Amino acid sequence: MARHSPGLKPRGLALIALVPLGFLAVFFVWPVVAILRLGLDEGGVLATLGTAEVWRLVGFTVAQAAGATAVAVVAGLPVAFLLARTNLPGLGLIRVIILVPFVLPSVVVGLAFRTLLPDGGVWAIVLANAFFNVAVVARTVAGLWTHLDRRAEDAARALGASRLRTFTNVTLPALAPAIGSAAAVVFLFCATSFGVVLILGGARLRTLETEIYLRTVELLDLSGAAALSLLQLGAVLAALSIGAIMRRRRETALRLRGKAESARRPAGGEWAVVVLAVLVVVLLLVPIVSLVVRSLSTADGWRLDGYRALTGFGYEGSLEISGLDAVRNSLAAATDATLIAVTLGTMASVVLVSLARNKVRYVEVIDTAFMLPLGVSAVTVGFGYLVTLDLLPGDLRTSAALVPLAQALVVTPLVIRIMLPVLRSIDERLRQAAASLGASPWRVWREVDVPMAGRSLLTAAAFGYVVALGEFGATSFLARPDTATLPVAIARLISRPGELNNQMAYAACTLLVLVTVAVVAIVERVRVPVGEF
Amino acid sequence: MRFRVLTVVLAMALAGCSVGTTSDDQGKRVVLVTHDSFAMSKDVLAAFTRKTGITIDVRKLGDAGALTNQLVLTKGSPIGDVAFGVDNTFASRALDEDVFVPYQVEVNGPAEYNIDNTNRLTAVDLGDVCLNVDPAALSAKGVPEPTSYADLTKPEYKDLLVMEDPATSSPGLAYLLGTIAKFGDGWQDYWRALKANGVQVVSGWEEAYTQAFSGSSGKGPRPIVVSYASSPSAELDDKGNPRTKAVLDTCFRQVEYAGILNNAKHPEDAEKVMDFLLSAEFQSQVPEQMYVYPTRKDVTLPEAWQKAAPLPTAPAELPAKDIQQNRERWISEWRGIVQG
Repeated sequence: MARHSPGLKPRGLALIALVPLGFLAVFFVWPVVAILRLGLDEGGVLATLGTAEVWRLVGFTVAQAAGATAVAVVAGLPVAFLLARTNLPGLGLIRVIILVPFVLPSVVVGLAFRTLLPDGGVWAIVLANAFFNVAVVARTVAGLWTHLDRRAEDAARALGASRLRTFTNVTLPALAPAIGSAAAVVFLFCATSFGVVLILGGARLRTLETEIYLRTVELLDLSGAAALSLLQLGAVLAALSIGAIMRRRRETALRLRGKAESARRPAGGEWAVVVLAVLVVVLLLVPIVSLVVRSLSTADGWRLDGYRALTGFGYEGSLEISGLDAVRNSLAAATDATLIAVTLGTMASVVLVSLARNKVRYVEVIDTAFMLPLGVSAVTVGFGYLVTLDLLPGDLRTSAALVPLAQALVVTPLVIRIMLPVLRSIDERLRQAAASLGASPWRVWREVDVPMAGRSLLTAAAFGYVVALGEFGATSFLARPDTATLPVAIARLISRPGELNNQMAYAACTLLVLVTVAVVAIVERVRVPVGEF
Repeated sequence: MRFRVLTVVLAMALAGCSVGTTSDDQGKRVVLVTHDSFAMSKDVLAAFTRKTGITIDVRKLGDAGALTNQLVLTKGSPIGDVAFGVDNTFASRALDEDVFVPYQVEVNGPAEYNIDNTNRLTAVDLGDVCLNVDPAALSAKGVPEPTSYADLTKPEYKDLLVMEDPATSSPGLAYLLGTIAKFGDGWQDYWRALKANGVQVVSGWEEAYTQAFSGSSGKGPRPIVVSYASSPSAELDDKGNPRTKAVLDTCFRQVEYAGILNNAKHPEDAEKVMDFLLSAEFQSQVPEQMYVYPTRKDVTLPEAWQKAAPLPTAPAELPAKDIQQNRERWISEWRGIVQG
């Protein structure tokens, strides 16, 4: 038998596991299974699966997600190079900028792309989805690239390989695991993206996600929605499995180096890559700048009316709360969601890493289960809540507390993806040494794991915070008028007539961007490599 | 190091933690479930609470279709006491599913819009979906303002109209229903002609009105849009004159209803809320708060509305039953014609 890792006793581990698994069971599995069962009981699921229309939907969903993933990877790689391998000034700013798209409400990004690409169709959808996700590729790949030993490349160059050949034969294979796992997550986000597809695709270009929404919310065709949800679940599981396989390969020890050794001033052909990277960043800025411009331009020229209006309730009281109250709600809900998600995510990571250390099989099944909320429609979960949560004491269905809980459901997987690789990378010998010196399992955690993983906990918290700030799907479904968050208020303002509402909406977007930049900038000062996503 | 993590977590918690602050204040509460467009002045709501001791807890559940479907889904264990916002395009579904119980509000006006004689749904407001035009942009093109559905198929209106997709948008659906009411069996020919004349279809009102329409702040390229009869009242110039106009012969009437939910937890207080929705105080605020017209006869429209948005006199209407039976078929036929 393999030597038992100095970790927590099985019973303690089971107790810890119970908390995140229980949360997942109550706020995800139960509602989703309940709503799917309602659909299955109606019958006709097989008939729906047999129609050509459904398979066209699957085809388009996969094709647009694959296209967007490809664009995000191609655009993300030069940026990753810039962040990982150069020591040019201003990199800190770029790291922050590329994260901004993450929090922008999809309705606003959809409208921005509609303006920029009036007849875009499929391309507009692909580009908008890629726009949201370039950061995932850039930051995940840069995380590994920074620590890749540069001497292998230098050796190849010294032996006469061109820069291109060195990249394709030496660097790219080493980066493949990071690219693969980033691509799997991006694919997941793009396959389930909702707002931009609805705006840019209308009723003509539909994906599984928008069709599930239409059938559930507008038609109450639960049987059809269940059929599509099962298909979506299948696709998501496939993407997650590929991601898991890629991650496993990445764990096989690479000789990692510190950033100081691998970052240099670019030379020769590398400048072309730098130019490309800067071009990508500029392109990412175009939709963001167009929002800021719209927040300032009025019928009477450039004005700050939209910003002044943030203290009020919109044109003729379009909002129940002021713009500033929405900011406060956003910060409060995101704080709660982050605290819940960091707690649950840390517990889950501890369990997963302990199981892996003890060579327990099926760890990846549990890992995948925690990822599933990222791949299931917010509306499926939301309608699931309607038919289940009234059975809990206090009827949570219309409670304000449901907003941070639902946000935490989305944020927890990201926390796990950031925490897990760091915990895994902690040298087992260090822990064994502590144990043989007489430290209890808890003490080993406290003295070894916690200090080493503390910084990535902070990173996880900040990312969780940013994602929760921007979360729209579940929040818009669950928020009450007096607890509306900034993205919900923006969508509300934009759906009412009146010039002031429009300006206020775009001013609120700018505010959301600023809050995000502030949060990310603070974390960047702590300088932690981002996890594996 | 550890200390710093702790400080940040603490700071974040202090910045705005709301865990456990969802207190239930004492007093009677009635949960009003409604659609996203619901709005009412705080003063009017507060006055109601002072008078009756009842606090109205508003929960918004999406558009009229989403609201109706959630009511149907939760009919055994309703998520509120009173529902407001089920409209005439979805009312039949709610009635067939026994979502509401009978209650009669004794005021003059709403009865005109009754769907059946069971008093389960009471009309609270009317909103007409009509073509909106931007007169300045049209006259710059040298084109007269259209006055009818048929005008839009003429060559001079080529590429000028933007509308919402009936499958994803309630004004889009209302406009489609308007043409069905107007042309009867000939509605499909009308849409073939509109398609040939370059109608632009977008997924939602937000994009059609705020982005593609030239008369709104988005200053889009198209001077004709499907919107509401009341929209011009929000597009006033410096002198308070409307910059846009509704074409009153192209309107379809949407009536919004309220009712008491079956199995409501507070049925008696719910009756008082129903009376409140039809009270003069509430009804007189309906135009400016929700851009719709009151159903009560003795309430006058605000001044801006009398100038910019008079109530259309002869809007198209279709029986709720017909809409319920044919909605999905009409939409799919429309898709075949316009998007096929």
